[in-house]
Amino acid sequence: MSSRFDRKKLCLSFGAILLILLPMLASLCGEPYLISLASRILIYALAAVSLDLILGYGGLVSLGHAAFFGIGAYMVAILAHHDFEGTALISWPLTVPGSDSALIAWPAAVLCSGLLAAIIGALSLRTTGMHFIMITLAFAQMLFYFFVGLESYGGDDGLTLFSRNTLPHFDLSDDTQFYYVCLVLLFVFLLLASRLVVSRFGLVIRGCRENDKRMQSLGFPTYRYKLLCFMIAGAASGLAGALIANQIEYVSPGLMHWTRSGVILVMVLLGGTGTLYGPVLGAAAFLLLEEILSIYTEHWMLYFGPLLILVVLFARHGLYGILAGKGKRYG
Amino acid sequence: MAEPLLRIDKLSKNFGSIVASQGVSLEVFPGEIHALIGPNGAGKTTLLNQIAGDLVPDSGQIFFDGHDITRLPLYQRSHLGLARSYQITSVFPQLSVEENLLLAIQAQRGHSFRFWRRGLSIPELRDDLESSLERVGLSERAEMSACNLSHGEKKQLEVGMALACNPRLLLLDEPMAGMGPGGTVELSKLIRRLKEKTTILLVEHDMETIFALADRITVLVYGEVVTTGTAEEIRSNAIVRHAYLGDEDEAC
Repeated sequence: MSSRFDRKKLCLSFGAILLILLPMLASLCGEPYLISLASRILIYALAAVSLDLILGYGGLVSLGHAAFFGIGAYMVAILAHHDFEGTALISWPLTVPGSDSALIAWPAAVLCSGLLAAIIGALSLRTTGMHFIMITLAFAQMLFYFFVGLESYGGDDGLTLFSRNTLPHFDLSDDTQFYYVCLVLLFVFLLLASRLVVSRFGLVIRGCRENDKRMQSLGFPTYRYKLLCFMIAGAASGLAGALIANQIEYVSPGLMHWTRSGVILVMVLLGGTGTLYGPVLGAAAFLLLEEILSIYTEHWMLYFGPLLILVVLFARHGLYGILAGKGKRYG
Repeated sequence: MAEPLLRIDKLSKNFGSIVASQGVSLEVFPGEIHALIGPNGAGKTTLLNQIAGDLVPDSGQIFFDGHDITRLPLYQRSHLGLARSYQITSVFPQLSVEENLLLAIQAQRGHSFRFWRRGLSIPELRDDLESSLERVGLSERAEMSACNLSHGEKKQLEVGMALACNPRLLLLDEPMAGMGPGGTVELSKLIRRLKEKTTILLVEHDMETIFALADRITVLVYGEVVTTGTAEEIRSNAIVRHAYLGDEDEAC
């Protein structure tokens, strides 16, 4: 038991050190391009970990997680757009100007996606199983088409950011600094989430995954707990969206297309559901494989597909399960 | 006699053309072990489901401690003091034994919108947890996943969870089902000990257990109450013998 525990700790410390040292390693190798790829991995990891909260711990398979990702990204882009044009975001009943400050745009993105999650969750959590999958999917697609039709914000073509957000003491346009900001946010979220899943709240969520009816007969109004969990996951995904908008300095409705939800879901499955750290691994594996395989062929999915099937079939807790052993699922 | 803790008034429930409960009236008094018996398909579990809130009756009323709970949501009933164990064991298989019990304990301690401290390490919950582990004899198994327990141990855990809710009325649905003889004795002892703390409504097939444990017995046949009485009265009741127990020699 203790050797497994050590193995897990070893994996986590190694991973953390690797992530911290990565920019230095990249510049040593003379491949600064790696840093922006790594930032993308961190951002998708954040989205994937948040999905794992509701998927792996709550047992709720959502195919609409990219909706929150996209809303977060659009929030940043729209605020920046108004700031650049010098127009007001809202002009009545009170004037709200745009902003290019991360301290305003990012919390706004989190709040907005959290609220959206409250609305989508309030309706979709009344269903379970297949219906839940379909309803979350439908909401995300509705939002996708809404933004496709939203001509004032670029519609189908999306919005280009003039520059990245500003953050006091940091220069986000510098890739290395931006990387560390992403890394800190991911670490903080992982810390919060790892506390959350073993807290009383987390135990209730895990109980709901196992047997919702039984939880009710024990005296838990399960709907409220699941809704809050869904909101937390949505808000975190919105933060990831705000970061991706800054990273690629461009947003488009494609960010919330259902295939994007699928990509995040695949990252979770690949890394290991219900493991929190697994999805980070999943995001890294997915994006690296995409990067490498697409050098050789544009049909990289052809090779990626079988690989995914192998992992899902033979590794119960995904890549994380292979690396960290078959110890406890969480914590 | 004292006020009944549970009073069921002309409860009826149909599933299509199948009558599951037909005008069932029943009273359970504080401190007693009340048993429900009847042949297969007599509607015992259906009745229990309606009391617990898993099913909503078509007509009739259920009063618990004077409150009309006929249409009260499932989760609110447990706060009034109703707890049940299921016929098909429904512990949480992927959670550890202690987590299973902790859920039952924390359900009684206000809301669980607590996000930071590790549930299992909170001292005031830990005390309760240790004592309920001990009560059902599962201290050794605390960290094991519930799915790895034996059938009997799962039953014990199930009863332990119902108990951890500090219920005023405990609904036990065939606690002895599928237990070996040793387990039956063990569980009977546990139930008798429980009697000092709580009122029990028990559905059971095992006649020996019933006659040994129950203060009063209600006989249900085809969704209708045939009779209610003490163990002695039921044993000697001619209709019951005919409808349920069969002739002397066949009695199980």
